[in-house]
Amino acid sequence: MKTTLIDLTYLVAAALFIFGLKQLQSPKTARRGNQLAALGMLLAVVATLFLHKIITPIEMIAGLVIGGTIGAVLARRVEMTAMPELVAAFNGFGGLASALVATAEVARYLIPESSGLALAALLPAIEQVPFDAVQAITVVLSVLIGLVTFSGSFVAFGKLGGYITGNPVIFPGLRLLTLLVALGGLVAMGFVVAGADAFPTVADPVVWGIVALAGLALVLGVLLVIPIGGADMPVVVSLLNSYSGLAAAATGFVLDNTALIVSGALVGASGLILTRIMCEAMNRSLLNVLLGGFGGEAGDGAAVAAAEGKTVHEATVEDAAILLAYANKVIIVPGYGMAVAQAQHQVRELADLLQERGVEVKYAIHPVAGRMPGHMNVLLAEANVPYDQLYEMDEINDEFATADVALVIGANDVVNPAARYDKNSPIYGMPILNVDQAKTVLVLKRSLRPGYSGIENELFYLPNTRMLFGDAKESLIKLINEIKNL
Amino acid sequence: MLDNLIIFVLAAFVGFEVISKVPQTLHTPLMSGSNAISGITIVGALVVAGMVGGTWSKWLGFVALIAATINVVGGFLVTDRMLQMFKAREQRAPARTEQTKTAEVATAS
Repeated sequence: MKTTLIDLTYLVAAALFIFGLKQLQSPKTARRGNQLAALGMLLAVVATLFLHKIITPIEMIAGLVIGGTIGAVLARRVEMTAMPELVAAFNGFGGLASALVATAEVARYLIPESSGLALAALLPAIEQVPFDAVQAITVVLSVLIGLVTFSGSFVAFGKLGGYITGNPVIFPGLRLLTLLVALGGLVAMGFVVAGADAFPTVADPVVWGIVALAGLALVLGVLLVIPIGGADMPVVVSLLNSYSGLAAAATGFVLDNTALIVSGALVGASGLILTRIMCEAMNRSLLNVLLGGFGGEAGDGAAVAAAEGKTVHEATVEDAAILLAYANKVIIVPGYGMAVAQAQHQVRELADLLQERGVEVKYAIHPVAGRMPGHMNVLLAEANVPYDQLYEMDEINDEFATADVALVIGANDVVNPAARYDKNSPIYGMPILNVDQAKTVLVLKRSLRPGYSGIENELFYLPNTRMLFGDAKESLIKLINEIKNL
Repeated sequence: MLDNLIIFVLAAFVGFEVISKVPQTLHTPLMSGSNAISGITIVGALVVAGMVGGTWSKWLGFVALIAATINVVGGFLVTDRMLQMFKAREQRAPARTEQTKTAEVATAS
């Protein structure tokens, strides 16, 4: 009876997760959706507390308090611009937890015979299942996926936060090493599965197999993410998100727990969808992204050499202010540079100012602008830009032709016209925002340096392009002051 | 096992159905929210940390519980923090609404 009730509660929790995710389909209901999902989680936790007799309450409470405090402090303190790395870090913790739970499930069988028997009487529900090959497969999958998620997420965390270089890290033999580590992991998994029937009487193959697998999985996570450049991080973060769900689902198989399986499947699906959207937005296959080596900042020498013989029209702040202030329609295209300069508030201020003057202002958001899916939207929301002024690429691309000014703020590859026709360009075929069709393109940029893809952007040399060099935030402040004085 | 596999596959289909319709604007909250949901492992962590006994299990469970709780609490809170910032136009600049709407209609037609 009690178990049925708890299982029913898990079912309710799973339903709340699905319903919560469904409400994320509109910004109006999204907040409530997230709260519903959190309620589902609370229900699942409370139900679990009644599952069995609590033997070690202190560890349990301490774990909840420590984890809860760390999570709450991080969630409240972190700047919106640091959101990508925070999401990556949380993701890593989820993966770690899944792997550890699966490992603990194996360790449970190692309890000395006498206390094990006493426990069996105490906890019939969790002692019954014999350890077999199928069980072993679920355990090794959970450990593998969980720990790859963990170390991979923290490498992504380091790259996104600038603690390690955002450029692809590639050394000779990297691919071979990755392959060998993956093969080693497979062998370790085989050991565990083969030794499952004799376990726990003969414990060594399983125990050491899992230890070896854990080590290899951690290394594998690092090797898989370091060769991937900063601009491809939206894909990596989405994929790791999917992995963390799969790890939870695998742990659900280990524990025979429906709540974990359903939630894990939902998150796995969500991550895969985002991954696919990101890859399509860059016109590259997932494999191509994962193999890495794409992008990184090109040597300054190359950029300078290529720039020779082309003219750049540099605009003064005064020119730019007049362009904007007397336009009928301005489309703002934010990119990663806006996030780096933390200029989202100034962007909004400028937009407000223009709107007061009767200028129509819209925002065009490329799907892979920034370092995670929807990055720009969150930053602009923080600056109080109404979400209905933000337009997706397909919605707004035809409007550039009718715009007087396309204001590009720290975006680069996503507005490079070479993607349309230059078959030699690494970004050939990537859907871009058609800013070059606007009457004038005003680009706020630090320098002519290429973006993360390391590609020269010919947009900067077009006759209708004006460049305003400098830090995005400072340039915007100057622009705002200038327009106020007009 | 087979039952669980069926549940997994069906849940994945539901996930694809529901999540495909989430707009680009909400992709970051979607990611951090679903991320928090993957912290459901907390359920397993609670069991091994507090209900199983055995030194190894207990400590593995303890670390798992901390990690999972960070994931769950942090994930839901940060998603909430983000979502409360998403506001529609009506709430901020009512004077502007009519004008831009007309403009939108004009460009659409």
